[in-house]
Amino acid sequence: MTKRFALGIFDDEDVLLHAIDNIRAAGVKIHDVFTPFPVHGIDDALGIERSRLPIAAFFFGLCGTSFALWMQIYMLGFDWPMIIGGKPHIALPAFIPVTFELTVLFCAWGMMITFFTICGLYPRWRVPVLDVRSTDDKFVVAIDLNNSTFDMNHLRQLLRDNGASEVNEKEMTQK
Amino acid sequence: MQHVSAVREPLVTGGKTYHDVTQDVCRQVEAKPNVRWMAALSVALFLFGVFLYSVYRTLWYGIGEWGLNKTVGWAWDITNFVWWVGIGHAGTLISAVLLLFRQKWRTSINRAAEAMTIFAVICAAMFPVLHMGRPWLAFWVLPFQNTFGSLWVNFNSPLLWDVFAISTYFSVSLVFWYTGLIPDFATIRDRAKGPIARRAYALLSFGWTGSAKHWSRYETVSLILAGVSTPLVLSVHTIVSMDFATSVVPGWHTTIFPPYFVAGAIFSGFAMVLTLMLITRVVFKLEDYITLEHIALMNKIMMITGSIVGVAYITEFFIAWYSQVEFEQYAFINRATGPYWWAYWSMMTCNVITPQLVWIRKVRYSIPLTFLLSIIVNIGMWFERFVIIVTSLHRDYLPSSWAMFSPTRIDVGIYLGTIGLFFTLFLLFAKFFPVINMAEVKSVLKYGVDNGPTYVGGHDHHAPVQHAATPGVPASAPVNYNKHD
Repeated sequence: MTKRFALGIFDDEDVLLHAIDNIRAAGVKIHDVFTPFPVHGIDDALGIERSRLPIAAFFFGLCGTSFALWMQIYMLGFDWPMIIGGKPHIALPAFIPVTFELTVLFCAWGMMITFFTICGLYPRWRVPVLDVRSTDDKFVVAIDLNNSTFDMNHLRQLLRDNGASEVNEKEMTQK
Repeated sequence: MQHVSAVREPLVTGGKTYHDVTQDVCRQVEAKPNVRWMAALSVALFLFGVFLYSVYRTLWYGIGEWGLNKTVGWAWDITNFVWWVGIGHAGTLISAVLLLFRQKWRTSINRAAEAMTIFAVICAAMFPVLHMGRPWLAFWVLPFQNTFGSLWVNFNSPLLWDVFAISTYFSVSLVFWYTGLIPDFATIRDRAKGPIARRAYALLSFGWTGSAKHWSRYETVSLILAGVSTPLVLSVHTIVSMDFATSVVPGWHTTIFPPYFVAGAIFSGFAMVLTLMLITRVVFKLEDYITLEHIALMNKIMMITGSIVGVAYITEFFIAWYSQVEFEQYAFINRATGPYWWAYWSMMTCNVITPQLVWIRKVRYSIPLTFLLSIIVNIGMWFERFVIIVTSLHRDYLPSSWAMFSPTRIDVGIYLGTIGLFFTLFLLFAKFFPVINMAEVKSVLKYGVDNGPTYVGGHDHHAPVQHAATPGVPASAPVNYNKHD
């Protein structure tokens, strides 16, 4: 499917943030904004909700803790109990270091895999980018023309009025 | 309340624009390797060859090739292991702890420091694995059911805790580092001219586009990874110190070990970061990013952790006397005046006296002196581990078994070899990966710069916001994008 986008190119993130506010106030739906670095305040401007990744991270960590405790208690306490240095079979204080390490391991990896999955990031040969300068020094506001009630000329004017240094139209084939 | 002055010292000098940052960092990635880099890589590869030869000797003839004996069963290998792991700690400290403390100056050094962490841990891992004698059975350290029954590994042993600590540390550092690299790989990908480079960096960039939603999640992920890496880095050297502290050997069996080892690790790590950064900034012309201010700040951290280590040395001595345990007292007197007195006093001079020179402002801001200091600290911290390990072991409870340790050529070869391995990896990293985190540096570029809108990210709720100089926006425009965080 081929999509058409109106691209507003901005040079400065503060101009960009004002422009986003004004464009949204004018009733135009913004498809996405591409920036070379995380711009603070853009979440609010675009209405992006706070990520629930921290909650996921907590539960991944909890999985690690439970797995580690279960593993150590099962192995040394039930499967093959041995007396080591006169300590009880289930010597909880001695199990804490491994439990802690596995908590961190599960939390970090679980969260990373979730992050890559929900963002659709995976290794690929070709990456479709609307404007290659958006990973260098430009801030790109993309408006989907197929879904927009506004025509290109109107959007061009709106973006220009809000400080865009350049306005382009671009087609992109998406899977 | 946080006080923020109207004008702060900029973190990046030279009035760089966003595009300049991209140019300056991508330059050496895109250029052909220069002669100096090739020469350095040749030396590193030669040392790596020494490593391979020494490993071959160790594996073919067994660890009898090493200088260990019945009394000193742990010496050169574990010294090098602890030394390398310790060096790694500064990378995590910079990327995680300084992120939590919102120390924005870390942005231009965190990438290389994290790379250093990963390579240092790789070098460290070589020693315990080789000491096993049969490294192909290294998987026996994992809770893997024994073929001869259902015997499991001993979870009460600090050596096993070490297995979990080091492997978790390595893999978590690796994801942390790689996540940070993804946006920068995307930058290189979008600039790449050749088809091979474009494909290779596209693969590495995981299809990153810089979408606002992705950045929002990326920041959440970074913060949480920093949050879990902070206790992780402290736990790693704590567990390393427990390898010693939980054994009943005079000089080792002390409760001061965990904090003392962690401080020592950060101390030696910052010394290594300084050594590497001072070279990198000159070779790749990054003086505007890694400024004298950065060097001075790192020097201060080195001085503080060095002082903690100094206090720990003195405390150990005091406690040995105060404990009234004859063996404990002898262990310490033997350290300072016994046959290894030279190692002890090298450690004291390098680690306790030299970092105090950093109190002098001129020293803090001097590149040659800082470089010299960083090398001295690295040497001193190597001696610290040698002193702790060898002097505690070589004269045990039974005088008839007292012995001395001296390394063989193979011991020295493996140690120098890991330095070769480390620099081989670091040089390859410096050539093909962006040594500075471009995205993060761009986000602090406006920090402290007076013309143009002041950066208002993070928790700086009181930061002044100026709009007069922004083209296209009226000065009275309402500012509401700082309400969140």
